[in-house]
Amino acid sequence: MSEMAEFDQKDLDAFKEQAQAWFNENAPREQDFMLPLTFMEVGTDEQFNFLRDWQNKVYEAGYLGAHWPKEYGGGGLHKAFQDVATRVMSAAQTPIMLNAIGLNWTGPLLLDRGSEDEKQRYIKRILSAEDIWCQGFSEPDHGSDLGNAQTRAVRDGDEYVINGSKIWTTQGNYADYMILLARTNPEAESKYKGLSFFLSPMKGAGIDTVPIRKLTGEYGFTQTFFQDARIPADCLMGQEGEGWLIAMQTLEYERGARSGQAGGHVMMVSDPNDIIRLAREAQLNGKPAIEDEVVRQELVALMSEARALGLASRRDKLAPLTQDRPMSLALGGKLSSTDFYQRLNAFAIGLQGTRAAYYVGDDSAHDKGVWQRGYLNSFSATIGGGTSQIQRNIIGEHVLGLPKS
Amino acid sequence: MSSMFDSAGNTPSIGLSEEQAQLIDVAAAFCRDKSPIDKVRALMGDEQGFEAGIWSEMAELGWTGIAIEEEYGGIGLGLGEVVPLVEYMGRHMLASPFVPSVLAAQAISRGGTQAQKQHYLPQIAAGGAATMALCEDHADWNLANITCRAERKGDALTLSGQKYLVLYAASAAVLVVTVSLDDKPALLVLDADMVAGRVTRETIIDETQRSYKIDLNGLTVPTDSLMDVDLAADTLAHIELAASLLLAADMCGGAYACVDYTLDYLKTRKQFGKLIGSYQSLKHTIVDAHQSYERARSHLYSAAYLFGRQGEGEVAVRMAKSEAGEAMSFAADRAIQFHGGFGFTYDCDAQLYRRRAIMGCALHGDTRYHRRKLADLMF
Repeated sequence: MSEMAEFDQKDLDAFKEQAQAWFNENAPREQDFMLPLTFMEVGTDEQFNFLRDWQNKVYEAGYLGAHWPKEYGGGGLHKAFQDVATRVMSAAQTPIMLNAIGLNWTGPLLLDRGSEDEKQRYIKRILSAEDIWCQGFSEPDHGSDLGNAQTRAVRDGDEYVINGSKIWTTQGNYADYMILLARTNPEAESKYKGLSFFLSPMKGAGIDTVPIRKLTGEYGFTQTFFQDARIPADCLMGQEGEGWLIAMQTLEYERGARSGQAGGHVMMVSDPNDIIRLAREAQLNGKPAIEDEVVRQELVALMSEARALGLASRRDKLAPLTQDRPMSLALGGKLSSTDFYQRLNAFAIGLQGTRAAYYVGDDSAHDKGVWQRGYLNSFSATIGGGTSQIQRNIIGEHVLGLPKS
Repeated sequence: MSSMFDSAGNTPSIGLSEEQAQLIDVAAAFCRDKSPIDKVRALMGDEQGFEAGIWSEMAELGWTGIAIEEEYGGIGLGLGEVVPLVEYMGRHMLASPFVPSVLAAQAISRGGTQAQKQHYLPQIAAGGAATMALCEDHADWNLANITCRAERKGDALTLSGQKYLVLYAASAAVLVVTVSLDDKPALLVLDADMVAGRVTRETIIDETQRSYKIDLNGLTVPTDSLMDVDLAADTLAHIELAASLLLAADMCGGAYACVDYTLDYLKTRKQFGKLIGSYQSLKHTIVDAHQSYERARSHLYSAAYLFGRQGEGEVAVRMAKSEAGEAMSFAADRAIQFHGGFGFTYDCDAQLYRRRAIMGCALHGDTRYHRRKLADLMF
């Protein structure tokens, strides 16, 4: 509500027009290689370099971090401006912003609680994609149980010595920095209090990344190994023992419960209208599938869900409509959207008849196999960042006030 | 009606007027205070089924005239402003002829003659209860499927057939009745005394509401009871959407209440030494019910915002009703199950909600019906 007074609607409208014109003119056309649909699917150097250049170009044009403080490299505008720019990019289905961890999690975290020095060092280079960031939270043996992370950081003079292994490091092989959760005190009174948070360089002796081949056959994640890796002691963010606290704050950006993200879309979500097109093209019993009553029922149910997702983010800004359970829409968003896209993709495969059998690379595949690939990839979102089952625990406990499981 | 909460940028498909925002707070407090569960249960055994004093208070607050034009004694706001009221009535199962009265006023306002508007609307705005006689024995949701007939005999119309599911008919001063006249749909506005002795109470699944059958056979009414015949089809379409919007509001409120009621139990009942809400099979399912409620509520306030707009408004209303029906049905179904043995008793309130959800879907179309209509609108 109070936001309304802080900028002139005319300026915003002009900004929107400018942005539309800019993206119209500058959005890359068709490539001869397949672009990743999400930041978790950057598997080749070709894709990486292309997306890095694109992000840099968008930033230089003023459509990324438009609302971040000017003194650190942002545009210094009201958040409404970046929101408009982000909507313009999404609507135009331009390529994704590459540096997702930096833009969405590290950046806002540093702006909210980083030191002056940290902000000066990192923020601008996050926006420009000069520094690529990755996240080192999950470990091979501790996925959902993050508090039990066992990677060790031992202080040795002006350095910390890191040993252990992190998994599901998105863009790990390309990253310059990692937000790293590591155990500084195994003797602490609780497992949480023994953790610390580091802004760790990734290019150094003792740090190795091994690509993980995903269920799609593509790459995008690594396992990251630390073997007596030495990082400067000033990489520690905050104090020793504050790791859990800072990691939880980071997850709030990831789950959308806290704002401050740099903007730009990091996932190309398939337009739900594409599935209507698919249902018109697909044949069922000699007629377009869209004429089948069962298909129509399911399609409307999916469209209603898609619409509700869009409405929820707008409704979340209307305080009288969130007062019963203020965190509900924010904490429920990840579960409802990731689950929805998974079912949407699965439904789309089912519409294809025998064509459902084809995959990316075959000329017979529908839309180059985008739904098949999208379905398999959709599990990165229902598993990563806290599985849908963990999300239900979070909503149950933090929104509905149920006892811990 | 200024809209203060629009988000900047695109045309919003959800928004809230200042009046709606205030009415949410007023309705929340009123319905909570006036309709505690013991009152709801006491009224279930009452013949009239609601408390006259509370109905008068609602009229004094201006609620009965909110969506009636100012020139006819109303406040001149839209149905979107009625939505928060009905939502909180649904949450607390506050019994009254409010919804049928609003709908009757909508029908008269949309399709009545000038004389009918001048005569009936101020009466309804002032708190005279009214209702709609739409349903028939064929039980089709299509409001234009009308077998009750009216035939012209001089200055009068002679009616035949029976109307069903006429809510709160015994308390209504005014009735809007659909008939077939010259093989086309038509609407009549009748004073209650015209149907005296023809009203029989029905046993309905939702014991918190009242419903009646009306025997029209041989009833003769003056021709000036007839609403504008040229507007009949449009009026029926409007009634279906208006009713769907308000039932969506009621069921959205009901879905919230079911989740809330079940949560109380999950947080206090212990089995095997643990609060049952710590078990994930219950926790995850109630989260799904809650998420479904939130989805329905987003649709509800979008429909309230867009009501009356061609095309988009109809899509929004039908989505709201289909989602609210699904949300409340699921939440209430699980509410019974999660209360275990207690859930199977008459004393557990879960059954009240489940019965109300069935009633809400039975009137003006269930989820499948609205999705079928949506499919035709959308593809």
